[in-house]
Amino acid sequence: MRVALFVPCYIDAFEPEVGIATLKLLRRFGIDPEYPFDQTCCGQPMVNAGCHNEAKATEELFVRNFAGFDYIVVPSGSCTHQIRCHMTAIDQTEEVRQVRERTFELVEFLHDVLKVDGFPWAEFPHKVSYHNNCNALRGIFHGSMSERREPPYSKPLNLLRMVKGLELVEKARPDECCGFGGTFSVFEPAVSVKMGQDKVRDHASAGAEYVVSADSSCMLHQQGCADRLGLPLKFRHIAQVLNGDRA
Amino acid sequence: MKESHEQRRAKDGLPALLHEALGTPDDGGAKSGSGERLTHGEATSRPLQPPPPERQPRGAKVHHRRPVDHNEAAQRFIDAPRHEKMHDERLWDLRQKRDRQMHGIPEWETLRELASSIKQHTLAHLGDHLERFEAQASANGIHVHWAQDGAEHNRIVHGILSDHGARRLIKSKSMLTEETGFRHYMQGVGIEVIETDLGERIQQLDDEAPSHIVVPAVHKLRSDVAEVFARTLGTDPNNDDVHYLAEQQREKTRPLILGADAGMTGANFAVAETGTFVVCTNEGNADLSANVPPLHIASIGIEKLIPRIADLGVFIRLLSRSALGSPITQYTSHFRGPRHGGEMHVVLVDNGRSARLGEVDFWESLKCIRCGACMNTCPVYRRSGGLSYGATYSGPIGLILDPTFDRRRYSSLPFASTLNGSCTNVCPVKIDIHKQIFAWRKALAETHDIGLGKQALMKAAGAVLSHPKLYRAAIATADGALKVLPDFAVTNRLNTWTQGRDMPEPPRETFHQWYERTHGGEEGAQ
Repeated sequence: MRVALFVPCYIDAFEPEVGIATLKLLRRFGIDPEYPFDQTCCGQPMVNAGCHNEAKATEELFVRNFAGFDYIVVPSGSCTHQIRCHMTAIDQTEEVRQVRERTFELVEFLHDVLKVDGFPWAEFPHKVSYHNNCNALRGIFHGSMSERREPPYSKPLNLLRMVKGLELVEKARPDECCGFGGTFSVFEPAVSVKMGQDKVRDHASAGAEYVVSADSSCMLHQQGCADRLGLPLKFRHIAQVLNGDRA
Repeated sequence: MKESHEQRRAKDGLPALLHEALGTPDDGGAKSGSGERLTHGEATSRPLQPPPPERQPRGAKVHHRRPVDHNEAAQRFIDAPRHEKMHDERLWDLRQKRDRQMHGIPEWETLRELASSIKQHTLAHLGDHLERFEAQASANGIHVHWAQDGAEHNRIVHGILSDHGARRLIKSKSMLTEETGFRHYMQGVGIEVIETDLGERIQQLDDEAPSHIVVPAVHKLRSDVAEVFARTLGTDPNNDDVHYLAEQQREKTRPLILGADAGMTGANFAVAETGTFVVCTNEGNADLSANVPPLHIASIGIEKLIPRIADLGVFIRLLSRSALGSPITQYTSHFRGPRHGGEMHVVLVDNGRSARLGEVDFWESLKCIRCGACMNTCPVYRRSGGLSYGATYSGPIGLILDPTFDRRRYSSLPFASTLNGSCTNVCPVKIDIHKQIFAWRKALAETHDIGLGKQALMKAAGAVLSHPKLYRAAIATADGALKVLPDFAVTNRLNTWTQGRDMPEPPRETFHQWYERTHGGEEGAQ
């Protein structure tokens, strides 16, 4: 089984430890992913702004880097959603189709492909509020959605419940958007910041010490809001918690 | 911009208040004779002051042909924290009530699917259903008119009113008449229009458009309504008791209703099979408008058709549950024909609808039954208010309807969304709203209607992100990374990121550098 690791540009630049935790976590399950060296970005920043033509070359580069693998693992629900659902600026050749189909977000890969049944090395004795990225939740269906009448389920929570000592807390608005929204965060700063403030206050009111998510982009935004408000929240990517990284 | 209490606390290194109401604005604390702040032990405690009155934030500023600046209007809404908080919490409450109704109906998702299919079928055969409606309605004694656009609609209604010498028209709530600028037109030809829906009446008296398609004055506090009524109806400006205000409005408006020459309603559904139409209200005001005067005119958008009376139950079960979280509206009134000695007219209005029906990506927006559920759930709408969109329709449904009316002016609206997808999930007729918002961004970028600066920025980002060496060089430093990763960057201006957020900590090395240095963590650097 040939597995590739895609480290999204945010994580590469701002949260390298998330990429490192993902790599080490996969190795714990006997998978040694390859890291294609010329990787950059999935094209989402441009596509999110409507600029599909401007994303074309970046999408082409992505496919060149990741063609031929059985699985492409991404520690981001948002980038996975872009690749699987929106990577349409380029011609949809067989190769492109395969790359898109074989791309999995880390939680999905652990939960649905590897079907892992424990993280005996991991311990996280803290109160955790889980943040659902909207693309992870409503785009690639990480869990049931509060708006729908469907049986409740959550892939990330199923995994986190296997971590010793970890206590999940419940927010008042569990799956409301945090206001990051990609380019929204800079072109609509007023609402973006207000949504972020409301979100971090909701985490804090629920008694959370840590916010955990499968997406670093939402957490960069929320951390910025929490720090500005002086709320003592800490943020960790789910890969770090599952890998047993020290808090 | 005026510094908020919260910002000041942040500057002073104090944590945020979880209960902002406990913070007294402009409270510098007790001072000693020498002007120094007294410590807690020295100072005397004092009661919290009531907050000063907060003026109602107004909507988006209109600049001819310039795209609406939603962010600017949203900032003013957020800077009125009592309004913003009330608005957010009130609409979130409606969303939660809607959820409770949904959980009471095991077949909820099937109902949505059915409603969507009925609407898809109807729109695919719209011409046939419209002709059938016309034939049946005519047979019932209704005069049926066709209007190509808003202007023609207004002329037709004016003509009917002139024929009857009508000087005063009472009407119930209709988004279609907002589209056509009906009240403004009627004012120009000297016909008095009285809105009978309470919220719409408040908005009419305040000369403001409805901010929500179901609850048009939802952005106003009680104190705002008291101010409007005091100014226009002569009520006590210091009394904002809701019962007092509602009663006063009723006392002042009821005589106007009883003396009206003509009545007007919209319609929630028009049934092709029977030539009848259905109006759903909670105040019974549509029935007043339709039944008090001898002349009833109904303005109906052509997308309101459903094929059979048997289909109606599907929509009635969904409509009020989605809109207000109540099982059904207080009144579901069926109109079949004129009463004895009276006259009934129906104006079927296109106003851009048949053109939209031909658009592959956007035609499904015509399934909309105007319940407002997408607005209630939208985190952006709840925090910016309906008037910040500067358009007839606001919230998620507005983002995809408004650009069909004026592509340039509303080109900014599809960007007033985080694409979180909650709107699509609550839509009772399964319009893929957030996917259409996404598609609108693409369509607008293709015709260069998203702003040249933004498009140039994206082009530059695309050039860097498609060249590994340029990308590596650009993100080698945190500053560089912030410039190249377009989500964080805005050209030549202060980074808007820092407006309410701190910058992320710069990393010592990128993941790529770590991988190169340690060969993926395998050599030494564990």
